[in-house]
Amino acid sequence: MKLLAIDSSGLVASVAVVEDENLIGEFTMNYKKTHSQTLLPMLNELAKIIELDLNELDAIAVASGPGSFTGLRIGSATAKGLALALNKPIIQIPTVDALAYNLCGHRDVVCPLMDARRNQTYTGLYQFDGNQMKTIKEQCALDIEEIIAEINSIGKAAVFLGDGVPVFDQRIAERICVEYSFAPPHLNKQRAGAVAALAKQYYIEGKVIDAAMHKPEYLRLSQAERERMERIHANHQ
Amino acid sequence: MNDPNTVRILAIETSCDETSAAVVVNGRDVRSNIISSQIDLHTIYGGVVPEIASRKHIEKINQVIAEALKKAEMTLDDIDAIGVTYGPGLVGALLVGVAEAKAISYALKKPLIGVHHIEGHICANYIENKDLEPPFLCLIVSGGHTHLVNVLDYGKYEILGRTMDDAAGEAFDKVARAIGLGYPGGPKIEKISREGNPKAIAFPRAHVGGESYHFSFSGMKSAVLNYLNACHMKGTEIVPADVAASFQQAVIDVLAGNAIKALEETRMKKFAIAGGVSANATLRNAIQKACEDRGVSFYCPSPVLCTDNAAMIGAAAYYNYLAGVRSGLDLNAVPNLKLGEVR
Repeated sequence: MKLLAIDSSGLVASVAVVEDENLIGEFTMNYKKTHSQTLLPMLNELAKIIELDLNELDAIAVASGPGSFTGLRIGSATAKGLALALNKPIIQIPTVDALAYNLCGHRDVVCPLMDARRNQTYTGLYQFDGNQMKTIKEQCALDIEEIIAEINSIGKAAVFLGDGVPVFDQRIAERICVEYSFAPPHLNKQRAGAVAALAKQYYIEGKVIDAAMHKPEYLRLSQAERERMERIHANHQ
Repeated sequence: MNDPNTVRILAIETSCDETSAAVVVNGRDVRSNIISSQIDLHTIYGGVVPEIASRKHIEKINQVIAEALKKAEMTLDDIDAIGVTYGPGLVGALLVGVAEAKAISYALKKPLIGVHHIEGHICANYIENKDLEPPFLCLIVSGGHTHLVNVLDYGKYEILGRTMDDAAGEAFDKVARAIGLGYPGGPKIEKISREGNPKAIAFPRAHVGGESYHFSFSGMKSAVLNYLNACHMKGTEIVPADVAASFQQAVIDVLAGNAIKALEETRMKKFAIAGGVSANATLRNAIQKACEDRGVSFYCPSPVLCTDNAAMIGAAAYYNYLAGVRSGLDLNAVPNLKLGEVR
């Protein structure tokens, strides 16, 4: 089984190819956010070096959100275009799950933090039993205080990762009541290798969809929709 | 093996609120032109919401492409090149089409051609007028653009005039909102104007000074708003149909005035119009009459080819393809892309 994985949900752009138990290649860049210009050239470079025949792929996996709205759509449109042209299905991997999977095997409660602006974070809580990832709290958009409170109530040591760490580290230090740590640089951002590893499980379980059906999971309304809902809500009170 | 003299282009357009894909053969033969409009989604917000438009594009794009291929009775294997709008437009919306087109082009190893949206509007005229060839003058009027262009050759444009402030279509939208017609303004103003008197109110015709063919519409829009305010203050009754008809006539006079000036000074014998606002029948008739009075051939696309669509992008992509234009895998969306005067 051969899968291509794409993650352009945040500051990082990343592509990876896995075949069975092997990560054949991964190209990850955390340098300026110009995914529209870099993502496909990165795939092209990777494919050349590993002599990838795109037709041999069984599916295209994509980090399907949450994340930067535009970044998600660049990844999704790239995946949808490839899948349409190659006649392959898509595997949608929740971004926060893939981020957590970077720390596969970790003993502590794993808490990815993505900067969602407006004082919020895209986050979730995970616990590993060996290589098995168990979701304690599904990915969601939350105030940073709320997720710290949940970690405190679990009462176990926690490890944080993600581009939200430098944004929220002060708040964590102020509020947290359990032991905690931060993941090291090679594990603390989105990586398509982790998307691919999770996608392998999805593929075995038959969790693939037609490319036409794929769309990002933003976990948030657009600003215009949100403000409209707030107005309607205010008028009803 | 495809006939080397036949170029089949799959074109994609997502610059604003229409998700569109088309198959165009040799630039003028439209085999399919699928347009998924989002107007209903944006109407409640009184205008296009960029984030909502982008979200809808990513949902629809594969279905729209599949439908375009199916209607054209082709598969991607039959396609020789991919054309895509890369600007100007809403950046988030453009990016969906650009990323999708690049991925298809890369996976199939077929050439990619980034197309300028305004060039697409101009080329819409080639589709139904098989005899039309440059040079000719073209007036492009839409929600985002107002350009008077001398089309010197395929892919070679000299911009004679452009709007200094609002696009004509933008002014239509704003005035429509002010008299309670809602969005989209162009078709609503045109409709109600049929019951109004275009001479009821003398709105100013803004002429940008000097030799230029430039346009200005924000002053005309303000004149309408001032008129409405004055009516409210004085308690005078406002007749929306008269306001709409008078405003529409003022805009048309300015557009037609510059068109006539350019025709007389360039002595060009062919004149075309394009863009969403050129679907306005009163505008078409006014320019057509001006052309006929001067022995100038007049060209205009059907309304469906005036508004945003991928067939026009396919037409433009074809002439770029012939000229050897190829875009790389790093093609980016350029929201404020300028129409190159001479490439």
